[in-house]
Amino acid sequence: MDTIMDDITKAVHDYVVREYLEEGDEREVTETTPLISGGIVDSFSMVSLKRFLEKKYQIQIPDADATPDAFDTLQRIVALVHRFQKPATVGA
Amino acid sequence: MSNPVLCDELIAKSYEELTANFDWSVAERELGYQPGDPINIGWMCSDRICRLGMAGKVALDWEDYQGNQARFTFDDLRALSNTIANFLCELGILPGERVCLFMDRVPELYIGLLGILKTGAVVQPLFSAFGDESLLVRLQNAETTAIITQKKHVHKVRKIREQLPNLRHIIVVDPGDSVLQEREVAFRMEQMPRVENFAVYPTTAESPSLLHYTSGTTGQPKGAQHVHYSIISQYLTTKWALDLQPDDIYWCNADPGWVTGTSYGIIGPWSNGATQVVLDSGFNAERWYGFLAKQRVTVWYSAPTAIRLLMKEGTDVVRRHDLSSLRYLASVGEPLNAEAVLWSEQAFGKPFHDTFWQTETGCIVITNFPGMPIKPGSMGRPFPGITATVLNTKTYEPITETGIAGLIALRPGWPSQARGYWHNETGYKAKFKHGWYLCGDRASIDSDGYYWFMGRDDDVINTGGHLVGPFEIESALLEHPAVHESAAVAKPDPVNMEVVKAFVTLKRGYTPSDDLELEIMNHIRKRLSPLAMPQEIEFVESLPKTRSGKIVRRVLRCKEFNEPVGDLSTIMDD
Repeated sequence: MDTIMDDITKAVHDYVVREYLEEGDEREVTETTPLISGGIVDSFSMVSLKRFLEKKYQIQIPDADATPDAFDTLQRIVALVHRFQKPATVGA
Repeated sequence: MSNPVLCDELIAKSYEELTANFDWSVAERELGYQPGDPINIGWMCSDRICRLGMAGKVALDWEDYQGNQARFTFDDLRALSNTIANFLCELGILPGERVCLFMDRVPELYIGLLGILKTGAVVQPLFSAFGDESLLVRLQNAETTAIITQKKHVHKVRKIREQLPNLRHIIVVDPGDSVLQEREVAFRMEQMPRVENFAVYPTTAESPSLLHYTSGTTGQPKGAQHVHYSIISQYLTTKWALDLQPDDIYWCNADPGWVTGTSYGIIGPWSNGATQVVLDSGFNAERWYGFLAKQRVTVWYSAPTAIRLLMKEGTDVVRRHDLSSLRYLASVGEPLNAEAVLWSEQAFGKPFHDTFWQTETGCIVITNFPGMPIKPGSMGRPFPGITATVLNTKTYEPITETGIAGLIALRPGWPSQARGYWHNETGYKAKFKHGWYLCGDRASIDSDGYYWFMGRDDDVINTGGHLVGPFEIESALLEHPAVHESAAVAKPDPVNMEVVKAFVTLKRGYTPSDDLELEIMNHIRKRLSPLAMPQEIEFVESLPKTRSGKIVRRVLRCKEFNEPVGDLSTIMDD
């Protein structure tokens, strides 16, 4: 489980750094770095991050659950992914 | 109308009382301005307040998402804006030249605006989330001479600077240890020797002050050119429509990259000598409520999108904070739905007052005035001194019947009306019909004189309170190697009112996929801005066109809004 968590965290981390962190922005993105409130991902860009998660992990995140709060850190995003993953996928 | 009517607890002067025999000279007198005198917004918002005995009063209490804080008095504003002005003059910036502010909500942005104005140069504020393409077209159009930015954004300027021969100076406020390149210069505001005396350039009422870019249906964004006299209506509307009083603590959520953030995030509160607080942070309900409570904010000017995001987070989080200081709430950006007004009553014990205005108007023109009964969902009534109506869409004559939709129109002549579009006289002239300025929005007026928003009258997309032009998005879409043709239209959205949806036909060899959709979305986000990024892309075989091959966005937009397309016979022949 921990390994899977780490894999997801790393995948999301790499995507966030590649797609959202501006060139020259030297901020370190850790599991608890505020992404939305820290201005790295704004509420409009959240949609593309949601699409990435849905595509990569074959999940559907309802709009009601895709709140800025739920997307604010890698830790919370990973928890969200797990919440909507089917059990078989989690164990795969 | 069937909506309930709410009344404010605090009754200011009545709307009728203030409207009767109104004259903008009331603001001139209060600001100590006499027609023909020099008038400079930078001086008015800092030196003048100090001369009124408020030098030691807090002007700006700033905080960022990491908890870093800074506090500036009006005397700090005066001296630091002098320092910036002096620095610009030493660089050779001349009155009338355009100086761009391209920063997050850091103190240098707020104080820099006053400093630029003190030199007689024109401020060009641009949203720091803009991508390099959005930045390029606006800097090219304005023939900008200097840009003040941060280390984290300077790479975007470096990408395009070779295409900007007029851009002589790139000023970095937080260079740190980074090596500056050609044309770049460091300016560390707090470390510079404070300039106590600066000869403020004697701008006059019609001297250009700000150049704010806004989007239209066709062509690239247009620079709405404002003048120093705009402070007259920005001062008075802040005082009357936002009910800002001397002891208030004021928070405006808007970014000064947009007109609300300058008219009501800088000029309005500071010309009134009010203390304002700024939180340089993205949206987070817990943090926002914590900030309101900690700062004891009394007047809060927010936006429907933010309010609807707060609604999504519920009222439990509201109850965890002491928000008893809140006295007056207002909103701007797009129409505030009735549900949001009623929720605000439940959550805060007071309603948000919707206000209507736009980049070109420079100040609030229609508003739910303090003390006036609020009809939730209504835009309110015209601000005193503003002559408004709705016009028939074909004859451009005022509609006299109540409840009939028409074009919102204003009689020109209020102080902060844009004086034109930069390098685009034709575009500005097209905004006028029969002596009325057309806002580009449709509304109806009820029997009490309240305006009710119906929608845009063009293809411009109002997303989260910001206008996005379809042409700019479509042009950027065509830069993607897979895109053959495209159309960008508005799609209804429960939080942002509208979001961008793109219809795309692909070039031979490309097939629709989720990967491609995400790739195109990110392409637009980086080239233009997150606001312009389509939230949905529909891959289609073909787009609806006129006989001459022009794409008919209306067909696609109507489909998204479930509206009848109507008679297309005339436009299909276009």
